[in-house]
Amino acid sequence: MSATEHTADSPPRGITRWLYATNHKDIGKMYLLFGIAMFLVGGLLAELIRAELLTPTMRVLSPEAYDQVITVHGLVMVFGALMPITAGLANYLIPIMVGAPDMALPRLNNWGFWLLPPAAILLVMPWGLKLIGIGSGTIDAGWTMYAPLSIQSGPGADFAFIAVLLLGLSSTMASINIIVTIINQRAPGMTMMKVPVFVWSWLITALLLIAVFPALMAGVIMLVGDRHFGTHFFSAAGGGDPVLWEHIFWFFGHPEVYILLLPTAGIMPHILATFARKPIYGYKAQVYSFCLIGVLSVVVWAHHMFTSGMPTAANIYFMLSTMAISVPVAVLFFCWFGTLWRGAMSFETPMLFALGYIVLFGIGGLTGLVLSDAAADQQYHNTYFLVAHFHYALFGGPIMGVIAGIYYYLPKVTGRMYSETIGRWHFWLCFIGFNVTFMPQFLLGVAGMPRRIPDYALQFSHLNMISSISAFVLGASQLLMVYNIVRCIRGEGERASDQVWTGARGLEFTLPSPPPFHTFQTPPVVN
Amino acid sequence: MSAVPGGHDHYFVPEPSPYPILLAGAIFLLGLGAAFLVNSITLGWAPLAGGGGLVAYVLYRWFGRVIGETRAGAYGLQEDRAFRWGMMWFITSEVVFFASLFGVLFYERNIAIPWLASFSDAHSPLSTYAPWPTFHAAWPSGGPAGKPFATVSPWGIPALNTLILLSSGVTITWAHAGLRAGNRGRLGWGLALTILLGATFLVLQAREFAHAYGELGLTLSSGVYGATFFILTGFHGLHVTVGAIMLSAVLARAIKGDFTPQDHFGFEAASWYWHFVDVVWLMLFVFVYWL
Amino acid sequence: MSRGRLLSKGGAALALLGPACAFARAFYDFQTPVTPIGRDVLFIHDLFLVIIAALFLGGTGTLLYSVYAHRYRLNRKPASFTGPVGAKQWIWAGIPFAALLFLDYVILGIPALHSILALADMSGSALTIKVTGRQWNWQYEYPTYGIRFTSTLSTPQDQIANRAPKDEHFLLEVDRPLVLPTHEKVRIILASADVIHAFWVPSFGIKQDAVPGYLRQTWVEIDKPGTYRGQCAELCGVGHAFMPIVVVAKSPQDFNRWVGREHADEAAQQAASSATYTRDELVAAGKKVFDTNCAACHQPNGLGIPGAFPPIAGGHAFAAAAPMISALESRGFYKNGDIVVGPVADHIRIVLQGIPGTPMPSFASQLSPADIAAVVTYERNEFGNHTGDAVEPAQVAAMKAGH
Repeated sequence: MSATEHTADSPPRGITRWLYATNHKDIGKMYLLFGIAMFLVGGLLAELIRAELLTPTMRVLSPEAYDQVITVHGLVMVFGALMPITAGLANYLIPIMVGAPDMALPRLNNWGFWLLPPAAILLVMPWGLKLIGIGSGTIDAGWTMYAPLSIQSGPGADFAFIAVLLLGLSSTMASINIIVTIINQRAPGMTMMKVPVFVWSWLITALLLIAVFPALMAGVIMLVGDRHFGTHFFSAAGGGDPVLWEHIFWFFGHPEVYILLLPTAGIMPHILATFARKPIYGYKAQVYSFCLIGVLSVVVWAHHMFTSGMPTAANIYFMLSTMAISVPVAVLFFCWFGTLWRGAMSFETPMLFALGYIVLFGIGGLTGLVLSDAAADQQYHNTYFLVAHFHYALFGGPIMGVIAGIYYYLPKVTGRMYSETIGRWHFWLCFIGFNVTFMPQFLLGVAGMPRRIPDYALQFSHLNMISSISAFVLGASQLLMVYNIVRCIRGEGERASDQVWTGARGLEFTLPSPPPFHTFQTPPVVN
Repeated sequence: MSAVPGGHDHYFVPEPSPYPILLAGAIFLLGLGAAFLVNSITLGWAPLAGGGGLVAYVLYRWFGRVIGETRAGAYGLQEDRAFRWGMMWFITSEVVFFASLFGVLFYERNIAIPWLASFSDAHSPLSTYAPWPTFHAAWPSGGPAGKPFATVSPWGIPALNTLILLSSGVTITWAHAGLRAGNRGRLGWGLALTILLGATFLVLQAREFAHAYGELGLTLSSGVYGATFFILTGFHGLHVTVGAIMLSAVLARAIKGDFTPQDHFGFEAASWYWHFVDVVWLMLFVFVYWL
Repeated sequence: MSRGRLLSKGGAALALLGPACAFARAFYDFQTPVTPIGRDVLFIHDLFLVIIAALFLGGTGTLLYSVYAHRYRLNRKPASFTGPVGAKQWIWAGIPFAALLFLDYVILGIPALHSILALADMSGSALTIKVTGRQWNWQYEYPTYGIRFTSTLSTPQDQIANRAPKDEHFLLEVDRPLVLPTHEKVRIILASADVIHAFWVPSFGIKQDAVPGYLRQTWVEIDKPGTYRGQCAELCGVGHAFMPIVVVAKSPQDFNRWVGREHADEAAQQAASSATYTRDELVAAGKKVFDTNCAACHQPNGLGIPGAFPPIAGGHAFAAAAPMISALESRGFYKNGDIVVGPVADHIRIVLQGIPGTPMPSFASQLSPADIAAVVTYERNEFGNHTGDAVEPAQVAAMKAGH
């Protein structure tokens, strides 16, 4: 790979640099900062939840408030934190990784980002309105918004549905941009099978987003119809079916979890290879796995609905198809092990988080297999077993993955090394804190504790208290990462070299740290 | 020799632009207004109208800028391909949207209604407990508690509308052929005819909606039949409107002298969208009106 | 830096040992199952967990070994292989695929399939009951015996509000449990009056949603007498945590005796419906009814929740969604932003029929005419409402019959 090409252009000055941005690095940074801020907001909501669950009737939140907090926690973490962070990494890295000067459609890119703050405002505005006496707060039907409960919800729910429409618009536009960039903007000589794994993971992610988000958008429009326009999509009296909403939601919702997962599954090989000082193992296998995961993810959605009373044949089909996804996911694990095997590993913070990802997402995935049994799911569904499963899968996987990615690229993006000591503290507090928070929740589910309850029976007391106290540690530990990020942005810490990490490969590590405002205006030569 | 095929040394990266954030802000106002209005908070009219107006204005300016860049020769082959792929994926997302609506129709008609009726089936072990003992599966249906209504006959206005839209597909293709052959007259008239046909379609649809509400008793509340009927035809009508606006913009550009026989993606984008709208109508005609 | 490495390695082991132990022990089993389905599910649970524990330990063990044996400090040159080539690819792919597919579809799949089919088989049921989920209690019906009653959480509000110490079955006790016979296949038909609820009793191994407007089915055959407790398992609003299920399983003879007693009670209640009571008697009884059935939403002090549940006390401001306001207005219960005490007949009608389109349910099938008369009297004489009205059960029974 040849040397970089950069111009003498310097970035625009002032706030309009960010408001009017067309530069993929700037837009990527905005996505990242927004996502990290939302992660902290979602985390705060999580602490409120765990505070309420510290004792059987803590009463720090009323049941009405509790239902709203759990709903917004879910929506914020999925749509406000994880998706923007992975989109931020995509925006920053994909053009560089394919040797392009920018995304294919830079203004569309900025539009995609700037739709996010309004969506966040709409989601939480009903709380503000409640403070001044209007309405009863925001949506309270869970992030899954099941009808008819969501149809009964107060006015705040409509704000949430419109926020979902804005989020859908943003994600769809971003996905179009990503797909076109990958197809159209690759440097000469960079065939699809030479493109970094992260780029492939985002190609599949973007295709999935286009394939399923419009369905959710259609669905929330129908909810608003049932709420305010007299339609009966989800009401039996008019010939409709509440379970139809479940189908629509999960048709989107299941691929959504792979949309959250795949980008980090794409970053993992980069990080593991760098710190094991070995080439990536099984590139083709991973690419095929991404494709297979993408395809399978859209035909397994009703494993979230095993107790909804679908016909037996449907239950059997969805169980069997869900089990099939374990195969390509296992391939990914195998390739990660293959990348580490007989390497020469060092354990900087990104590597620690990447290894943690393997362990924790492994637990998440394996417990997913347990849940796929349509009969046994009767005992797990909507209990804390499920809550623990999806937190292992979503935090243990994507969140640990984006944290690893953030530490990995922080020196490149800011030009400064973060504090490795603080990073290690973050990792251990996070890893241990996470396990002590969520492992007891498997136990709670098995013991019979349902989810989405603010108060609980006495036999669940001790494990809840352990889980809550640990959750406070887990939450606090994230502030260490915030400290490190702020430190680097402010220009403190050792200067980072171009390559940053001795084992690092890729076009991004041929650029200076931080890269110039414009990069690859003339494409690099790829052999 | 340029590094990028198409005669440009660098891929065109636009200067910073206020339009994206303004559009996001406008959509925020639109959304805010809608959230207020559906809850009968009349304060919502202000942001709805303001947002709507701002959306129109920003789109006008933004596309205007893109048109300006086209005229200035900023776009080469690679940029052109980016626009093509972009439009294609956008239309794909719209296809998914409509496919979801058709999916809902399929579910309501073939799963929900029969399921509701199955409880009262004499052979069913559940018949004693049937929530809707007198409900029988049929289509159209307003559901167990629905008020009676009549449906729109497919062979009246809908069939006419089918002819209209199909013809408009022909006229736009004719216009395209004219453009490629350098015949500006055909281009202009073809576009104008297409827009006229589209407008006629919309007027006829509006009349049918009024007829449905007024005489047929077919409203949004007419159970799942009404709900699916109006959401499918309603969003389709919205897309025809958007398509007609796009075609009008293309016509205005054509009159101004834009587009060459080799280079006219703006026309093609609008034309693809129009064909998409046409195909959705065919599906509507078959699955909503006819079968 | 060897101490750092040791610390890292030790820390990794410790941190993983914790969850690994917890993981193994964690999946201690479900509550003791007392139905065939429950036992099947427990078997599947144990089987799955042993397998995934083995996979997890195998994977983590390999990882830990690699982290130890392939670290940079050992100064060995890292390998550079990127994957098997040629025919080896098929072996490296094929064998794990086959193993995984065998695990999924044979080892795990066959028992799973067996259980799913057993669960779907409703044939041979000796008894059918209908369970209706509502916001926020359960209604149980025995159509063959003509018995119907509502089962509401009986944990006192004081315990929930931390004003009294909690008793053993906090949040898992009801006023009238579901009574079922043992050793008989009982078919359970599920319905809902409002939103989706889910009927779940862990000891039975069954959980099925109650979908409004539709019916769902499941079945149990309980092996031994006892009391089994479960909860609603689908978010259904603010009372979701407060609608437990308590099943008392009795031997078939004891069950029949219970049926007899229920019929006797029913007769007594009919008598009560035609009796007359003094206003004080009605108010005293009404307070009990209110605290059990109404206080959850309208609050023990009758002030409701702003924006959601109207105050019972007249002359209190209340703003809410349009359907509720117009319903209250049309019955003379709302004026100029305030809740007012409206006409008696309309008040009874609201309790009997509920307010469709709002969370106010119909209590016609949950409360007897005597109870409704009592609670309406209580509301009209308490909370600062001094109407002096006394509503007799006969009045309510007549209105109920008239509709």
